[in-house]
This record gives sequence, C-alpha cells and structure tokens, in this order.
Amino acid sequence: MRFLPDAEQRAFVSSLDAMLSAADTPAAVREWSRGEHARGRALWGRIAAGGVFGLAAREEDGGFGLRPVELALAFMELGRHAVPGPLVETVTAAVLLTGSGTVKRLVSGEVMATVAHGGPYALDGDAADLRLVLTEDGLFRSGGHGPVRASLDPARRLTALERGELLDARPPAGRALALARLTTAAQALGTGLALLERTVTHVGRRTQFGVPVGSFQAVKHRLADAKVALEFARPLVLGAALTLSPADIAAAKVTACEAAYGAGRAALQLHGAIGYTAECAVSPLLAKARALRTAWGDPRECRDAVLRGPVRRRPG
Amino acid sequence: MDLAFSEAESALRDRARAWLRAHVPAEPLPSLETEEGFAAHRAWEAELAADRWSVVNWPAEYGGRNASLVGWLLFEEEYYAAGAPGRVSQNGIHLLAPTLFDFGTAEQRARVLPPMARGEVVWAQAWSEPEAGSDLASLRSRAVRTEGGWLLSGQKTWSSRAAFADRAFGLFRSDPDAPAPHQGLTYLMFDLRAPGVTVRPIRRMDGRPAFAELFLDEVFVPDEDVIGEPGRGWRIAMSTAGNERGLMLRSPGRFLAAADRLAALWRARGSPEWARDRVADALIGARAYQLSTFAAASRFLDGERIGPESSLNKVFWSEYDIALHETALDLLGEEGEWADTEWAERYVFSLAGPIYAGTNEIQRDIIAERLLGLPKGRR
Repeated sequence: MRFLPDAEQRAFVSSLDAMLSAADTPAAVREWSRGEHARGRALWGRIAAGGVFGLAAREEDGGFGLRPVELALAFMELGRHAVPGPLVETVTAAVLLTGSGTVKRLVSGEVMATVAHGGPYALDGDAADLRLVLTEDGLFRSGGHGPVRASLDPARRLTALERGELLDARPPAGRALALARLTTAAQALGTGLALLERTVTHVGRRTQFGVPVGSFQAVKHRLADAKVALEFARPLVLGAALTLSPADIAAAKVTACEAAYGAGRAALQLHGAIGYTAECAVSPLLAKARALRTAWGDPRECRDAVLRGPVRRRPG
Repeated sequence: MDLAFSEAESALRDRARAWLRAHVPAEPLPSLETEEGFAAHRAWEAELAADRWSVVNWPAEYGGRNASLVGWLLFEEEYYAAGAPGRVSQNGIHLLAPTLFDFGTAEQRARVLPPMARGEVVWAQAWSEPEAGSDLASLRSRAVRTEGGWLLSGQKTWSSRAAFADRAFGLFRSDPDAPAPHQGLTYLMFDLRAPGVTVRPIRRMDGRPAFAELFLDEVFVPDEDVIGEPGRGWRIAMSTAGNERGLMLRSPGRFLAAADRLAALWRARGSPEWARDRVADALIGARAYQLSTFAAASRFLDGERIGPESSLNKVFWSEYDIALHETALDLLGEEGEWADTEWAERYVFSLAGPIYAGTNEIQRDIIAERLLGLPKGRR
C-alpha cells in the first residue's frame, strides 16, 4: 500500500500548477463572467494540451485510458486556480460519448461540451460547442440554448437546454455521473485550498493594533479548523478516485464541498469588508464553493448514497 | 498510488480476525476505570500476549510479530470490529515504548518491554502539574542528583490510569539554572509503589478514578531508569507527544467500529430522519480518518516523521468522537441518560478527548503557526 501520489503524478500536478500560474487566469475569469470567452478558450486549449481531458477517454478515443486519480489531482489544481468553463461537464461528456468520434475533439480541446442532468440548466451553454442532455431516456443533443441565467458565481453561466436529437439510448450514464461527482469534489477541494491560501496571506499582512491580525488566536483557530476540514477531505477525494465506489465518491463530494464552503466563510470573515466586495477574489471563490455544493449531487443525495453504503470496502 | 495490502498484511489480518473471534469475551468487561475492571483488562492483556497479539508491530524478541505499520492498522481494525476490550496498557505501548525504541538502551528495552507487552507492568504518564498544563515546559517537579541515581520531588496530576497502574514515566527539572524552561528537563521512569510516592486517585465526572495525583517526596530512581541524556528530556518527550497525537494513540479501527455501531443503532431505532445526516457524517468521518492515516503511514514508510500535522489528527478525532457519541445518546432517547450503558461510558470518555494529549487550543496554535505559517502571538 502506498496511498500517496507518486513522483509522476506530483510532476503532472506541478506542471499544471505552473502553467495556470503563468497564464492570466484571473483575467480569463473576469472576462468569462461578462460572456467574453476568447481568453478562457485559449486557456482551455492549454489545459487540453496539458492532457487533462485525455484522462477521461480511452486510448482508442485519443485519450490515456480512464485515469481517475490523475483526474482528481488535475481538478484540484483547476479548482485552486478558479479556472472557468464547463470542465466537469466536458469530462462527463467524454465518458458519455465513449467510442464516438467526438471524444478526440473533446480531448484536444477543440470542442467544449456541457451537460444538463436532473434539471433544465447546464453550465456555460453559451460558450460550449456541444450541448448534451442526459435523462433516463438516454443522451440527447440540444441544438441551442436559452438565455443566460446568472449564478451566484458570476463565472458560472447557467443556460437552459432542450432535448433534441437522440444520440444514444443507453449511454454509460453511471460511469459518467460518478466521474462528474468525483471531479466536482476535487474542484471544490481546490477552491477551498485557494480560499485558505489567500486568507493566510491576507492575515499575515494586514495589521491592526500594531501586529498582524494573523497573530490573534481567534483568527488562527478559525483557519486551523478550515485546514483540518480540508485536509480530511483530501484523502476522501483521492481514495474515491482509487475505489470508484459510489459511497466513497459521495462521501468525498459532500465532505470536500462542506470543507470548501467552510473555508469560504472563514475567508470572508477574516478578510473583513474587503472580502465582501466584487473586486476581491474571495467573494467569487466563496460563491463558487456555494454553487459546487449542489452541482452533480447535493449534500442530501450524497449522504443518502453513503447510507446505502458500504462506505468502505473491507480491505483485501 | 494504491490501497492494496501485501500478502503478509492480509494474512496477519485474517489470523487476527480468527483469533479474536475465538477469544473476545462475549460480555463486555467491567469498566477499565474501576479496580475490578482494571484487573480484568490486565488479564485480557496477558491473554493477548500469550498468543503474541498485544504488540503486533514490535520486534518478536519483545513479544511482537514484526508487523508493518499497515499490518498494525489492519490489526486494529479487526480488533475494534470484533468488539474487543479497551487497552489498559495503551499509555505504555503507544507512548513509552516508541520512546524506548528511539532513545532507550538495549538493556532498558529488554527489561521494560516484555512485561509491558504481557500486562504485568501497566504504565501511567506523569506530565502535567498543578501549575503546568498546556504550558508544560514550566513544570517544577525536580530530579536532584544523588549517588547512583536521582531523587524526585514534587507533584504530578491528571495521571491517567495511575490509580491502579504499577509504574509511571514523565519529565522532571534536573537543572533549575538552565537558561530556558524547556532545557534542563530529564525523562525518567519510576515505580508508583516506591517509598516516597503517594497516589491520590481523582474521580472523573462519572465518579470513576480514571486518573490520579502523584505526590513525590525524594523518590529514588536509579540511573538505569533515565531515558536518553539527562537534561534532554523535552526533545525526547516531544517525540512521544508526536506519537501520541499522530498515528498510534487513536487508530482508525476504533472509529470505524464506533461508526458501524452507530449506524446499527440508528437502523435498530427505525432510521429516524432527524439523525440521518449525523449518522452519514459519522460513517464519512471514520472513512476520512482511515484514509488519512493510510496516507500518513505511507509518508512514514517513505522515511518522513510525524510532525505538526499530527495536530490535525488530534483535533479531528477528538471532535469527531464526541459528535458520534452525542448522536448515539440522542438516538437512545430516555435511555441516553442512563449511566450504566457502554454508550454512556464511551461518551464520558470522549468528552476528555479535546483536553488530554495537548488541548485542542494548543493543537490549533500548532496548526496555525507551524502548518499555515501564521505569526506567533501571545497565547
């Protein structure tokens, strides 16, 4: 047993981190929030070139074979950098369309996909090239999309889709939804880590009463609790990526989302009024953490899946 | 990256399961914190040791099975899943023994470890003093040099298990002129029945003598019972504290079993809706702690030591344990008030978790300063 990312996986994470740090991701987020997609699409291409979408596709479809651990690690970084766009949905589409010629174009970043499931809205239908609707009756294409409905997170643009042409009456929905939930959990965990990092930096610099506010125990202990919650969500996400058991994935999802949202509340409080402004990066990250809680499995659905268990396999 | 166990680890787990099925008492033993219960738990330690199950991760020469860290974790899962009794020798096995493996002499290991493994000598810890709790380095009990050893004087308190234990280990100030409080401390082992020792049991909130005050008046300790170099006790003790807060003190097996018991109780009470989230969270928390421990064990096997991240564990499991037992008592309804149930015993025990082994406030300071890098401030 070695339950730690190996050297190759760590190198993959740091190269993705370096690429996203060098790209002007915050500018891409600002423009994406206004419906201007050019910079976000350029970033998308680089993420695809980094191999992220190929982790959800078979080799014969142009991918690397399904690599859930690497996917989870990648989505933690995408979350940390608040990358906009239908990332989870494109991964989900790559699984739903397994065996079709479209997957290669998803992997290469040429096609951006979104998926509606369980409700009329899909993320970023205005930016996506391929709009899918997954229901119990199968997988459908949606020709167009409805008007953009604002999300609490300005960088998430919700668009209603409609059931159009039937693409597949029996798509691999179980596998696709499992990966959607897993990657959302990882993205939420990354969002929470970003909130914690930013807040640690802020309270180390901001002085009141002649000392950094981060030297006060009330501040320290709130951040310590946020750290505890995030650090115990992390092994759930990676463990779920290994076992792919529905209970493990659900446990990871609800825990990562609650930890991220808790980190967001702490971040808002400890930034003070500046954190409540639209200019500060904290408020959109908090809004994203809020939105991810309900995306691809709300807390109630996830806890139900845990109780249907078994939450853990007997090792062996 | 994987969660697969070696053949040896799986075989150890299977043998442990079979042994426990045949040996775990059908009825729970009386409370560990009573004279009768202490004796029963001591006898259970001997039964474990007779078949080499009391210290599976120790070398065979001291009564162990040379099990890997992962093997030990699997043993612990089986142990608690089988409903086996609490471990009266816990302080010795998980606090003193790792210190002896790291800092003791071969003579000390040969003399101290085998009787510890058999439950013949049960160890208590002697850290806290009336004026030295979270600020442990301010301790004042003294060790004064004498011919062939040291004379201990002073007062220790909150000494778990000391009401019925045989020996104790702790820190004493051997150089009162040392320039800093954490210098000039020496780590010693002593006999709780030696001349000059008075043990005054302290009753825990349920009235049971779970800990004691120790009054020491020129208690002689021979040189061979000093661990490591005199004056270097702080560093040695901190390594023990790291073990305590880290992997060894509360293995995930305990919480996996407790969460399964809670889920069974919830179902037996008709799966009430109001408790649904809390029961799910108990199952999730146990899984999170199990996986987090596998990650820590993997770092250990890579040659890393447990550092300040063990404070994350301490805060997590101590808060988790209370929440789980509060849910159980709520599910029990009126019976939740009864003092004579196993749930009540475990609940009372859980309440101490955020206080002992370094309060959670101290742990949060460590997390903030040493893991997050926040500036030090006034405590």
